[in-house]
Order: sequence, then C-alpha cells, then structure tokens
Amino acid sequence: MSVTAFLTDSTLCIGCKACEVACKEWNGVAEDGLDWTGFSYDNTGSVGASTWRHVKFVEQPPAPGFGGNAAELASWTFSSDVCKHCENAGCLEACPTGSIVRTEFGGVFIQPDVCNGCGYCVTACPFGVVERNQKDGSAFKCTFCYDRQKAGLVPACAKVCPTESIRFGEIDDLRQRAADRIEKLRQLGIDDAVIYDPLESSVAGTHAMFIVRGDPRTYNLPPNPEVPTEYLKKAWTSSAIAAGLLLAGTLLAFISDRGNYAHTNKQRRRK
Amino acid sequence: MTTDAAAKSNINPSLNPERRLDQIRREAEGHGRFEVVNKRPAGAPFPEASPENGYYQTPLLKQPPWTWEIPLYFFVGGAAGAAAVVGAVADYTGADRKLVRDARWIAVSGAVISSALLVSDLGRPERFLNMLRVFKPQSPMSIGVWTLVGFSSGSMAAAFAELLRDRYGASLPVQILESVGNAASLAFGLPFSNYTGVLIGATAIPVWNRNAGNLPLHFGASGLGAAIGLLELCGHRKNRALQALGLAAAIVETLQGAHIESRSKPFLDPLKRGPSGWVTRTGGALAGPIPMALRTGSLFATKEQSRSLRRWASCCAIVGSLITRIAWVYAGHVSARDWRLPLESVGEERLGRRPGTAARDRVDSAA
Repeated sequence: MSVTAFLTDSTLCIGCKACEVACKEWNGVAEDGLDWTGFSYDNTGSVGASTWRHVKFVEQPPAPGFGGNAAELASWTFSSDVCKHCENAGCLEACPTGSIVRTEFGGVFIQPDVCNGCGYCVTACPFGVVERNQKDGSAFKCTFCYDRQKAGLVPACAKVCPTESIRFGEIDDLRQRAADRIEKLRQLGIDDAVIYDPLESSVAGTHAMFIVRGDPRTYNLPPNPEVPTEYLKKAWTSSAIAAGLLLAGTLLAFISDRGNYAHTNKQRRRK
Repeated sequence: MTTDAAAKSNINPSLNPERRLDQIRREAEGHGRFEVVNKRPAGAPFPEASPENGYYQTPLLKQPPWTWEIPLYFFVGGAAGAAAVVGAVADYTGADRKLVRDARWIAVSGAVISSALLVSDLGRPERFLNMLRVFKPQSPMSIGVWTLVGFSSGSMAAAFAELLRDRYGASLPVQILESVGNAASLAFGLPFSNYTGVLIGATAIPVWNRNAGNLPLHFGASGLGAAIGLLELCGHRKNRALQALGLAAAIVETLQGAHIESRSKPFLDPLKRGPSGWVTRTGGALAGPIPMALRTGSLFATKEQSRSLRRWASCCAIVGSLITRIAWVYAGHVSARDWRLPLESVGEERLGRRPGTAARDRVDSAA
C-alpha cells in the first residue's frame, strides 16, 4: 500500500476546469450555481462542500515573460486547488465522531455515514477546505477519490487533466518530480517557480503539493498554516487555572462566610 | 410551436439591443462594486491577486457553520457549570439549604437546555450519539461532549435526590445518590463552566486561537458572573459569599476587557472595530465594570439600597455574559472573513523568516 499524493503544476495548467467537472461527475457532487465572481474566469470562488477541485485564475498586469503571453497582454496563470490532505490534519484531530479518518493511501477521508455535522472540522481547517453542506447537514471535502484508489485507479481529476498539470503518484516520487520540474523550469529561464508543501509548519507537509510562480500567497496558499492542536496546551492550561480559581474562590467565599450561614440556618429552624 | 416562439421572444425580438447592453452594464456595475477605502485598481473595480491581496482578497478560511444555538449554548453551559460548582461547595460547607437547592435546579435546567441546544445545532441531529462512540483527548469537542454527559448525569442525580428527599425523607439510597450526584456535578461542572473557551481557542480562526491562552479564563468568569446573577435573582441577595464571588467575576471580566483593549494587534480588530467590536464592548461593559461598580456600591449602601443594587448588578452580569458569548462568535465570523490574517501568519517571527520564502529555501537545497 503506497502513500500517494497530488502534484498540481500551475505552469502547465490551461484553466480548462476539466478537473472540476470530472470531480463533480465522478463523486456526484451537486451543481452549486454559475455565478461569476468577477475575478477573471473564476465562477466557483473557493473549494467547499460542493467544489472539491477549484481552478484559480490569477490575472495580473502585463509582465513580459510571465504567463506565456505577449508582452502587452495581462499575465494569466491558473492553479487547480484541492484539499491539502495534511500530514497533521486539523479536521481529523478535531472530529468528535471519528468520522474523519486517514486512509491507507495517506489521504484524509470523511465517512459520510458517520459525520453528524457538528461543524468543528470547518473551524479547524487552516486552509478553509472543509464545509458543511446546507442541505445534507454533514461536512464534505475532497475524498482523494478513495473509492477509485481502492480499485487501483487514478483520482478522477488527475485522470482527466489534459496537460498533466495534476499529477498523481507516490509521494516521495512526486517530491522528486517536483524538484526536477523546478530545475527544468529554471533551465527554461523561469526562475521564480516554487514548490508549495509546508513541511516546516505544524501541518508538517501535505499530500497535495503545488508548483506556482512567484509568491504562493497570490494563490491564497498561506505561508505558515497552523494545525489548531498547537493551541491545545495553552487553552487547557488556562482552563485548568480557571477551574482551580473557581473552586478555590468558591470554597474561600463559603468557608469564610460560614458563621453567617449557621446563624441563618438556626433562625430558619427556629421558625 | 408556441413554446419555441416564446423562447425566441425571450432572447431577442422587440428588446432594443443597445438597451440590453446598458442593462448588462448596470448589472455588472451593481455586482462589481468594490468598496475598500483608498483602493481603486486601475482599469477594473476589482482587487488584484498579489502577495498582499492573496487571491483577489478572497477569504481563505471558512466561517463557523454554527447557528444561533451555539452562543446560547456557551452562555447556558457556562452558567450551569458554575452554578453546579457553587451548589456543591455550598452543600459541602453547610450553607443555606435553599441556596443549594436553587443552584442545583439552575445546574440541571442548564444541563437539559444546553444538551438540547447542542443536539439541535448539529447538521444531522439524529446522529448525535455518534459523538459517544469515541473519546478523543485531542479534540475539545469530544472532551466537551463527554463533559456534558457527565455533568448532565451528575446534576440530574443531585436534583433527583433533592426531590426524593423532600418527598420521602433522607433514606440511605437517597443520601448516596445525592453525594454521588453532588461530587459528579462538582467534578464535571468545573471544566464545563469554561471548556467552551478551549473549544473555540483551538481552531484555525485567528481572533480565537490568538486568544487561546485567556479565553477559558474569560469564559469561566463570564459563566460564574451569570450563575451568581441567577442565584441572586432567585432571592439570595443577602448572601455575602455570592456577593464576593460576583465581585470577583466582575473584576476578572474587567481585566479581560482591559487586556483586549490595551493591545493593538490586527487580529484583535473584530473585537474592537465595526459592529462586532461594539457588541464585544457592550457585553464587556455589562459583564465587567458595571456590575463591579454596582456591587462595590452595594457594600456601602443601606440594606434596601444594597439589595436593589445587587439586583441590577445581577441583571447586568447575566445579559453581559450572554452578549459576550454572542460577541465572540460574531468576532470569529468577522475574523474568518478577513483575508489578510492567514497571509501574514504568526509563525514568521517564530521561524525568523520572511513569509513565502519557506518553499523557496527548500527548492534551493533540493537543487
């Protein structure tokens, strides 16, 4: 059983949205409206309960040699976003039903028949991926095509990608491939391409890596995602202090006021 | 044929094409409005995608999907937990029986109401019991649910024993039930009064997780203030222990407010600016300085005045506690909508590097 990953290379993406379509068709995800966001050709906005692959359209002022267009045209790059399947997954740690599990392929999977829609995973995801479906009530996100992987198939999005911008494979293999690709791009004169895979952060790396040009923040890829379990120690310490103070304070207040009570109780008994 | 004709007339005929173009333009203007002070990108009314703006200033994080039940749950749970602690300690120290009884009834009503609120907030309430098939120490939600279960059982046992004793006298089984219930409601009431601070502290929402270290203390004091308020409204306005506890809660709440107001960090903005800021301040004033002043005043007032002042202090503390919980949830929503915070990230100072350079460094070493 190999540990798998996605490598999404924005230098190859042509913005055709075949991955979005294939994902919806294979997984039976409902249509969620075709409202234009006004941000280039993006009409899905972000990944969520009904959008498990989302193609970002990054349109910027003309920059010669950037985006592969003529010098006077706006630079235009695309990147297909997806659940990052974190190594330390906030949603998985937060789930109180045990609905969210790590699969044998290393992905993070929500068992739809167990989730009771408490919504805590939504607040725990540092990438804003998980979302509660309004109609169904439970939380949804990319399944990493667990069903297809079980059957030895490639996830639907990677299968349909016409430029192989979305690559799927063994994680170590893909990490090597990503490094090779950066080297290749450098030889072609593109020296601003970077790999996004936050290994140094508390998330400790992802099973969905990205190659983007320039600063990953342009693609809403956070420079330092934090898995919320990082805050547990601080919060529980404060909770313990609060509980200790409450107990000590209450004891102190009632014990120092004891004489008073004995008095009122006696009065009451007399009545 | 008629349907075809109708369809055609929809697309085109008598409508003047120029007028249609104007209509589209107006619609686009309406939808494309972008209101940020001092910012108007040339050529288009849209923000640009850039390292500073992120992806067109689209929020990265999702807002909490919780409905109105959750802030109410924080309020009821906090008050019930603190009331149970007060009731149990009052019982152990041999205080006024009526006080013990009132505290127990507040605790058990709170336990029932908060369970109902928690279940009804679920997207799939019928699957509530799925939370009881696992115990996950790393999930505050899981710990919270188990605490709620323990707390409800304990407070119900204590209240039931109270009922039995009133009706049938203090037999041995009733006494055992009462002491077990009392101990359990004390043991579970302590974490139950403040765990909701941990619950929202350990999330990805910046305004919550940056305050993880003081939220539980804040929520615990808020719950105690509300519990004391409820007990005093039940008629215990002569009790000096309750007065001391109410004063202590108001002081802690005042310090919390000062702690928030004295720091100026971008992640605290939702607690200080805009509508969510005003809700926070209203709640803070009602829970902290106002009851503190009223209670201090009541120490020096005549008996009649003192009781009236304490009644007002109680009402303020209860309403303040409720508004404080609403304010924190509201601020969480505002914070999640703020696209700037995830892009700047706290880790920068800790790791001593510029944002966005992490990936580059690694590529260099790999190459």
